[in-house]
Amino acid sequence: MRVAEHLNRSLHALMESDPSVHLLGEDVSDPYGGAFKITKGLSDRFGPRVMSTPLSEGGIVGVGAGLALAGDRAIVEIMFGDFATLAFDQLVNFAAKSTTMYGRRVDVPLIVRLPTGGRRGYGPTHSQSLQKHFIGVPGLSVYEMSPFHDAERLFGEIFASGTPAVFFEDKVLYTKPMLSGGDGLHTFELRDGWAVIRAEEDTEHVLLAPGGLTDRAVAALRDLLLEDEIACTLLVPARLHPLDVTPVADVLAAARRVHVAEDGTAGGTWGAEVARVLHERLWGRLTAPITHISAPDSIIPTAAHLEARCTVQPADIRRAINK
Amino acid sequence: MIGAVRERTLTPVSEADLSRMLRIRHFEKALLRLFEQGRLNGTTHTCLGQEHVPVAVSALLRPEDHVFSNHRGHGHFLARYDEPHALLAEITGREGALCNGVGGSQHIYHERFLSTGVQGESLPVAVGVALRHKRTGDGIVCAYVGDGTWGEGSVYEALNMAQLWGAPLLVVVEHNRIAQSTPTGAQMAGSIAGRCAGFGVRHERVESVDVNVVRGALAPLADYVRREKRPAVFEASVHRAGPHSKGDDTRTAAELAEAAAGDWYAHYTRDFPAQVAALEEIERAFIDAAVENVLARPLSEWS
Repeated sequence: MRVAEHLNRSLHALMESDPSVHLLGEDVSDPYGGAFKITKGLSDRFGPRVMSTPLSEGGIVGVGAGLALAGDRAIVEIMFGDFATLAFDQLVNFAAKSTTMYGRRVDVPLIVRLPTGGRRGYGPTHSQSLQKHFIGVPGLSVYEMSPFHDAERLFGEIFASGTPAVFFEDKVLYTKPMLSGGDGLHTFELRDGWAVIRAEEDTEHVLLAPGGLTDRAVAALRDLLLEDEIACTLLVPARLHPLDVTPVADVLAAARRVHVAEDGTAGGTWGAEVARVLHERLWGRLTAPITHISAPDSIIPTAAHLEARCTVQPADIRRAINK
Repeated sequence: MIGAVRERTLTPVSEADLSRMLRIRHFEKALLRLFEQGRLNGTTHTCLGQEHVPVAVSALLRPEDHVFSNHRGHGHFLARYDEPHALLAEITGREGALCNGVGGSQHIYHERFLSTGVQGESLPVAVGVALRHKRTGDGIVCAYVGDGTWGEGSVYEALNMAQLWGAPLLVVVEHNRIAQSTPTGAQMAGSIAGRCAGFGVRHERVESVDVNVVRGALAPLADYVRREKRPAVFEASVHRAGPHSKGDDTRTAAELAEAAAGDWYAHYTRDFPAQVAALEEIERAFIDAAVENVLARPLSEWS
């Protein structure tokens, strides 16, 4: 099953099992079912609990927060993650802050889904990976879809936490299959929010990457193993922030080289925060500083040959690890 | 252009309403006094001159209704919940504070009252809460904003959605003619009525310092919001008799005189001197005692 279909089925299951869940977004209703078809069939099935909205990203995130505050649970789809900037106030100054700024815990069960990333030729304002702008906001969780994680479980986990979350979904990942078991070379293991992808245990190299990079990271791992004879374990967290590395502490403890890859542009990144966390834990055991792989400090051009230069490719990952 | 609020004669006022207006007035005056004495941290925005609006509004609200308030929200709170000690404790960071002193003057969440410090931010949230009310009962949401708030795009996103989806949202605009230091004429093109008309949202405007007149004008609108489950905007013309915050009033002497002339307090003192004097003594003493009581408490704790 492709990731897009898995997400769609997860939303169906979630809305079926929990009548308090409401979903809002631009063009999410049938027959259109959302720009990426993730919400297909939901409005036909759940009627007024699914609302196609005006083009008002800030407004609809606010409405979602209001529903959440009043006792419902809300999922807001923003058509392109780039437009999350239009909802930054509602996310940072209202939804996230409200969990603590009233002096006691206030639950805001709100998920803002953000189709994200480049490699589709949509150009500078429809291709970005803005995760880094949401890292370190008190009261806000940052998740990213991967082909390993069950989306219904993640949505349930976010709602149960009462902490609002932005949920990034890579737009190319939508077209890829969900993964489990292994690929003949690597085994895929799930543990407490992490996917562990490896050909052998206790590898010298460990790569951490969000779910949207999976296809490129696994391609790099394959080349590294088969052509460079370097075994590297890939770790994919479902929750990027706050990052809890405890479930994969053993994998990290065995590592001598650690690498972090992400689609965001260079400077003030998620990967830098991961490196900070890991340097504290692993300093003294590593034989080199943590390697960082990201998109360059650049906008994302439209033309395919230019876009490829400004998005992370498997070769970039392989080269960085092989250095 | 909105001129001074002029009232020939006020209608007789109930003791409850006048007491509450005076209680809010003395609460606000006490805050400014505490600031001058250096006994209050941070900042505050008092509602001097506007107290009669929330007193008029609150009588039309039911316990299940939600109220969203803004930076100038002490009157909104005290008109709905007669808990000045808890509000003062919040503003001064003392034990018994509404939000343990974390939110302070402009971030209060108590029962069904919520305020935030970002202009216009509350309106889309209010639409969400109103949609829940629409689905589950006869409750409504009342959201207070100022005239300055109408510069924010979120206001229009919210009005559009509220009208499209039939959200029972009553927006109360305290139009005090000035946004911090900028006269409304220098920050708003057109009018609030015209903007509401653009969305097909019902709008009423009242220009009166008489609490009964304000309430009388609002009652049918509040009833419409509740019964028809539609949004409406109620614009009350008021004067900000005090500074935006504290000691930051740059208005001319003539402008200040006009604001003072439009203060409900002056009108009530003129028309009902004995009633005001008697109740004012009680409220002044009550607030003075509250200040003494709250400031003697231990600091608030936040875990």
